[in-house]
Amino acid sequence: MLKDQDRIFKNLYNDMGSDVAAAQTRGDWVKTSDLTAKGRDWIINEIKDSQLRGRGGAGFPTGLKWSFAPKEVGSRPHYLVINADESEPGTCKDRDILRFEPHKLIEGCLIASYAVQAHVCYIYIRGEYFIEGQKLQTAIDEAYAKKLLGKDAAGTGWDLDIYIHYGAGAYICGEETALLESIEGKKGQPRLKPPFPALIGLYGCPTIINNVETIAVVPTILRRGGKWFSSLGREKNTGTKIFCISGNVNNPCNVEEEMNIPLKELIEVHAGGVIGGWDNLQAVIPGGSSMPLIPKEKCETLTMDFDSLMAEKSGLGTAGIVVINKDQDIIKCMARIARFYKHESCGQCTPCREGSGWMWRMLERMAKGDATKDEVEMLGDVTNQIAGHTICAFGEGSSWPVQGLLRHFKKEIEERNNLDPIVQKKNNIPYLVDQHLLDKKNA
Amino acid sequence: MNLRRPSKNQPEVFEFNTSSLEEANKIVSKYPKGKQQSAVMALLYIAQKQNDNWIPLVAMKYIAKFLDMPYIKVYEVATFYTMYNLAPVGKYFVQVCTTTPCMIRGANQLVEACKEKISENENQLSTDKNCSWMEVECLGACVNAPMMQINDDYYEDLDKEKTLEIFDKISKGETPKPGSYRGRLNTEPENNRKTLMDIKNA
Repeated sequence: MLKDQDRIFKNLYNDMGSDVAAAQTRGDWVKTSDLTAKGRDWIINEIKDSQLRGRGGAGFPTGLKWSFAPKEVGSRPHYLVINADESEPGTCKDRDILRFEPHKLIEGCLIASYAVQAHVCYIYIRGEYFIEGQKLQTAIDEAYAKKLLGKDAAGTGWDLDIYIHYGAGAYICGEETALLESIEGKKGQPRLKPPFPALIGLYGCPTIINNVETIAVVPTILRRGGKWFSSLGREKNTGTKIFCISGNVNNPCNVEEEMNIPLKELIEVHAGGVIGGWDNLQAVIPGGSSMPLIPKEKCETLTMDFDSLMAEKSGLGTAGIVVINKDQDIIKCMARIARFYKHESCGQCTPCREGSGWMWRMLERMAKGDATKDEVEMLGDVTNQIAGHTICAFGEGSSWPVQGLLRHFKKEIEERNNLDPIVQKKNNIPYLVDQHLLDKKNA
Repeated sequence: MNLRRPSKNQPEVFEFNTSSLEEANKIVSKYPKGKQQSAVMALLYIAQKQNDNWIPLVAMKYIAKFLDMPYIKVYEVATFYTMYNLAPVGKYFVQVCTTTPCMIRGANQLVEACKEKISENENQLSTDKNCSWMEVECLGACVNAPMMQINDDYYEDLDKEKTLEIFDKISKGETPKPGSYRGRLNTEPENNRKTLMDIKNA
């Protein structure tokens, strides 16, 4: 287990209060100007040394992303955008940061804005997190009052304004370009990439977009050094991560742990074990609903980081672990996830708009046992027609969980659905005009 | 994709009142000059708040004029995002999360409670016209599943009984206390905490 002094989010459960005075006792806002005085290159290099990877799901190296921002500010201003549109089923880590550690986020915004030369930062919060947004706004107001934001923020000589922008219940706005569209006051439909937002983003200006957790860990990394952060976890999968363990466990919880921690330890030690005991475990969704599930056999030895989960043809995603025990109907669980994706597809690309509905309807039928034998193959085919054929990664996100189900639970689906196709070909009967009459008894 | 239709009964006029106007101007100033369209989402929220939690078509027209943008663009935004109510909802607007993490912890019990106490169908006003409910997708409190949202507040760690208790309070006109209904501290593992104990006991 990670030592308490190595935990970044000491107020994860709000034992101490989230106001600026309490945050300062935890080490936030302590000589922030010393960090920025070391220069942009030092900050970016330190983040590169720490091997911090984005915590929003894709795991892109943060230092590298920052280095894509143009070195000189041209005629267009730079923007920093924080993605707090946390809507992935199974994930609720950013919510705790917004309400209990807002000053880590705000200080991170200041440092990141300085590193990418942005004077304005927008924080995009999902509309449902209205209370959390208000708590963050209180923290921002506090920071303004203490001169930690605004002109010459925290004595760094850098001007920064932070604004909150609320979403309104669209999962797709968590996709970075859809999020930009949404801030611009349009429907949240993703843009084609390239051009990448680092060059042409918000209002056509260079924009760096990061997840809440990514930005919130930055000040601590700079204070304790990139070397400290990279000493935790393993090569290329370093540092700590907030894991959200939900579903059929005795004590569902959020917990900050070291990367590469065994899944079994997370479930057994922190979450109090699976309901009905470890043997009652059926499958685990390791990283939010978009990631393919992992059956029990593999959960024994699985470690939680980006690369080891990739090797299992799944992914760490947002580290939202959903534990499903044997009391649940796994096909029904996945059908519900498919319904989520059908509801949330933005409707821009045909394969996703139509396909997400197909997958949902087929899975509902399969859960009831009303599907025909060949539909199992057909479902796999539909997922392949969606993944990779859409503008954004939603196509993959919606088809991967279904592919995961087919990969590991195909037998269960086939056992339940052994109906013959409605109309069978009868090759021994020569073609007649009235063929449909012959088929009628099968219809 | 989800299909959403504006209400058939539409009011004739809509205008921001003074406090809404003040708030709206403050929001427009957050965005760069000439990019006032960015404020459309926030302004729709203001209109929704002013108009008993739903947005009539005249309000969209009003906002379009206010922000100097085409009406159809406002209509697009209002119909795309699911948190804008295009038809009247109850004063207490109950949203029950039924996505998988909540589902496997018994969100159907919450739906049952809604059906018993509020109305048989989603989006249908209760008999006292005070309350309406709907199923929604993940509200992002999976660790505290099953849960529901009433207006802005989250009610967590529920079961059928506790949900019925909450509805009882609402029907009496009280505002129930938001947060966990099993008495645990936020997202900590209940009775099984192993981290940051020094801070907890300090």
